[in-house]
Amino acid sequence: MKILVCISHVPDTTAKIQFTADASALDANGVQFVINPYDEFGLTRALQLNEQLGGTVTAVTVGDASVEPTLRKALAIGAHDAVRVDALATDPIQVARELSAVALAGAYDLIVCGQESIDYNGGIVPAALAEILGWPVVSPCIGFDPAGGRAKVTREIDGGKEILDLALPAVLGAKKGLVEESELRIPNMRGIMSARTKPLVITAPQGANPGSAAVSFTKPAGKSAVQMIDAQDLDTLVQKLHEEAKVI
Amino acid sequence: MILVFAETWNGQFKKSTFEAVQYASACAKAQGTQALAVVIGPASAPVESLGAHGVHKVLHLHGPEQFETAQYAALLAGVAQELNSSIIVVSGTANGRALMGALSVRAEASAISNVTALPLSYSPLRVVRGAFSSKGIETCESRLPRSVIGLIPNAIGLKDSSDSDAAFEDRNASETARATVLEQQLASGSIALPEADRVVSAGRGMKAPENWGMIEELAKTLGAATACSKPVSDIGWRPHREHVGQTGIQVNPQLYIAIGISGAIQHLAGVSSSKTIVVINSDPEAPFFKAADYGIVGDAFDVVPRLTAAIKKYLN
Ligand SMILES: Cc1cc2nc3c(=O)[nH]c(=O)nc-3n(C[C@H](O)[C@H](O)[C@H](O)COP(=O)(O)OP(=O)(O)OC[C@H]3O[C@@H](n4cnc5c(N)ncnc54)[C@H](O)[C@@H]3O)c2cc1C
Ligand SMILES: Nc1ncnc2c1ncn2[C@@H]1O[C@H](COP(=O)(O)O)[C@@H](O)[C@H]1O
Repeated sequence: MKILVCISHVPDTTAKIQFTADASALDANGVQFVINPYDEFGLTRALQLNEQLGGTVTAVTVGDASVEPTLRKALAIGAHDAVRVDALATDPIQVARELSAVALAGAYDLIVCGQESIDYNGGIVPAALAEILGWPVVSPCIGFDPAGGRAKVTREIDGGKEILDLALPAVLGAKKGLVEESELRIPNMRGIMSARTKPLVITAPQGANPGSAAVSFTKPAGKSAVQMIDAQDLDTLVQKLHEEAKVI
Repeated sequence: MILVFAETWNGQFKKSTFEAVQYASACAKAQGTQALAVVIGPASAPVESLGAHGVHKVLHLHGPEQFETAQYAALLAGVAQELNSSIIVVSGTANGRALMGALSVRAEASAISNVTALPLSYSPLRVVRGAFSSKGIETCESRLPRSVIGLIPNAIGLKDSSDSDAAFEDRNASETARATVLEQQLASGSIALPEADRVVSAGRGMKAPENWGMIEELAKTLGAATACSKPVSDIGWRPHREHVGQTGIQVNPQLYIAIGISGAIQHLAGVSSSKTIVVINSDPEAPFFKAADYGIVGDAFDVVPRLTAAIKKYLN
């Protein structure tokens, strides 16, 4: 099976988010970047499938040179090769168009995305990419079992899950459950060494136009100081929830 | 024309659907145009209830039995193109979120998700959205004449409905689905987290899965959904779908009660936009207290049953 894994390069989950002085963009100073956590579930499932079925796993990111360490990490975890589309990604539809060009050039059986990236939390790319390609999409995807050119795919829905049947190729939006947390792979020394020599191809963008653009950013207003309530006086809490907070 | 996808769930309209309908109606009013709600597939709820939230017309497309991304996207995009809609509103439910990317491509629209308030302006369209897991607020501008707006559940307050004078149209419609739903498994009786008004959430401080009875009891008393921290779902004490936080479900209920949860930055990222936060933790230094409105230092095993009793007493 030939699998393309779309990797989004995002601030580490512990990062303090700050914006530039003119509030126009993320201030990346001192921010550690990682593989988007949802994409890690997708990458791990892709590697498992590769071990069972053979083929290749290619990691792709749309971004400038600063994303290359993240792609190298995907190689260290086990992807065979990587592609960087040399465009600044500012909009999900633009990203999906750039990814679709990579997808069409490679004749993939499966494209694995994350259900959303934790930077702009768009959740748009997987279904947009699938629609451009005319392929089925399942997101959030919490189970994927291929057999003979088709697959049974589990999708999380509000209050439960559903199982779908589809013909490959398809696009997935991965989430925890597709593999378990304990199955996630971390790079080992051999992986890190071999990642240095695995191919990382840089391709020119199609020049897709963004559908939207960020104008400015602010931080949410902070909470006012906490009111501590005596554990023996829960009636006071109930009263405050009713009268002050008006939530019960 | 402003379009809104009136999602059904088991044939019913959810609160998030009415929020989306109200949002679309407000956009239409601000622009001096009309709002149209599109219902797809079987609906056992009366479509009049949508008109009561401000749309001028409800278009019911019969045909599809179940949600499938490509099919629903094609149907909605078809209506958007036919009516030359400038804005298509969907709610940020599992289906709404799954749909947005495909709908945007199909309808040649921009896609703006996680929207928290009515547009700041209409030409160009500018909206406010959550980004960086609620650690930031973004003002986003559409660069295309048509936009799909994904509205976060619970972000706008639902107003009382009024009398409906909406028009209704039924049509048979079909588009090809690219996947077939074989079966659905629903956790019975549970309240869907993303749109819950109240959430009772517990963490590793509960020590073992068999101790969740008191959490469920408190949730039941409040009519709340239950949630948990990530390690609790990782070790299998609770199902994945209850995991809230940066890498789980993001919630913004009226009331979030956190029990035995330390308040790690990744947890806070998914819950900090809750209107009122109550923290119960045995450690007075737990970081969660800094993000709380009300805090109780105490042992959950002692406090939670007494809190449930106090709320029951109040409700009577
Ligand atoms: C990439 C990444 C993503 C992550 N994403 C998420 C996420 O989305 N959501 C999430 O929740 N976490 C996430 N985490 C994990 C996060 O960093 C914390 O580890 C986690 O939130 C801690 O869970 P906890 O508070 O339940 O457990 P702990 O940190 O172990 O805290 C338990 C708390 O219970 C209290 N306690 C103990 N006994 C009692 C008692 N009897 N009564 C009352 N209180 C008691 C303790 O004082 C303590 O504060 C992520 C981590 C990483 C690395
Ligand atoms: N710049 C990018 N390059 C490659 N893949 C991306 C990029 N941005 C998003 N994706 C993929 O699309 C998924 C959803 O992202 P988003 O729609 O931005 O929330 C991510 O989990 C990635 O798999």
